[in-house]
Amino acid sequence: MAFIRHNLVRIVNTISVLNTNFWRWFHQLASPPHVFALAGRVCPWFAGLAIIFLVAGTYGGLVLAPADYLQGDGFRIIYVHVPSAYLGMLAYMVMASSAAIGFIWRMKMAHGLAVSAAPLGAWFTVLALVTGGIWGKPMWGTYWQWADARLMSELMLLFLFLGYMVLRASFDDRDKADRISAILAVVGVINIPIIHYSVEWWSTLHQGPTIAKLDEPSITMDMLIPLLIMIIGFTAFFGWLLCKRLQGEILKRERQTRWVDGLIKGRTA
Amino acid sequence: MMEFMLMGGYAGYVWSAYGITMLVLVANVWMAYRFHAKWLKRAQEEGMTKVSTRQPRVRRIS
Repeated sequence: MAFIRHNLVRIVNTISVLNTNFWRWFHQLASPPHVFALAGRVCPWFAGLAIIFLVAGTYGGLVLAPADYLQGDGFRIIYVHVPSAYLGMLAYMVMASSAAIGFIWRMKMAHGLAVSAAPLGAWFTVLALVTGGIWGKPMWGTYWQWADARLMSELMLLFLFLGYMVLRASFDDRDKADRISAILAVVGVINIPIIHYSVEWWSTLHQGPTIAKLDEPSITMDMLIPLLIMIIGFTAFFGWLLCKRLQGEILKRERQTRWVDGLIKGRTA
Repeated sequence: MMEFMLMGGYAGYVWSAYGITMLVLVANVWMAYRFHAKWLKRAQEEGMTKVSTRQPRVRRIS
């Protein structure tokens, strides 16, 4: 009995220590100088990783991967199309979840992260639409098809990003902009599963999922590996610019504070 | 090499897709760094000039 109680106490102690560490970490994430320094530290790592993987993935996709038996060399557009489409959705999830954290815990840094993710997500969604159109022309015979579920839900994603940014711009009070735009970002999450399942739920020109499904990926390894490398490269690229933009956003919000003043003086001194 | 450039008849599509991607990536790097530089500069210019006039914000807990 004493043995059980002894171990129980140890477990509870461990949990409470972990818990304290977690909350300390969580509160540090609310501190602008801490987040600014953290973003500055990880930024070059993301940049290096992005450049290496993007170069390797492009080489793999254009040179090493074999031509598709059906689409010939035209399928190579997949190596820029799929990563940008995936990244648009990832950026949306980052934006919506940090906006939600900012809304619930009134964390300004989380709103700052959401703001930083929005333009990047919009650009990658544009890229997914444009490369998709270019791919669609030789394969489907058209750049664009109205009333196609995948194309429309992807366009909706772009409008959600743009709507988020326009909504923010319409408020003078930043706290208000943070809170109202967060609601839009969170409600718009419903579009993410719609994009993913649109190719299964509705008839569409777009092909079905290649990798993200319960079955085995319907792509051979020598075609898949460059794609995965590209996806890692795009993700690191997003991390890189997200950190850079977040730092800019923190400077914008905190530029009249003592710590930013100290930071600049320390930099110029 | 020529064969590689022709992309099995899909040259126009493949190269334009990769070209546009490259362009968007580079433009995004440029925009992010410009954004960062803009607010760093503003922070240097303004400094703490307005800090004395800024009232601490207190949120009422209801």
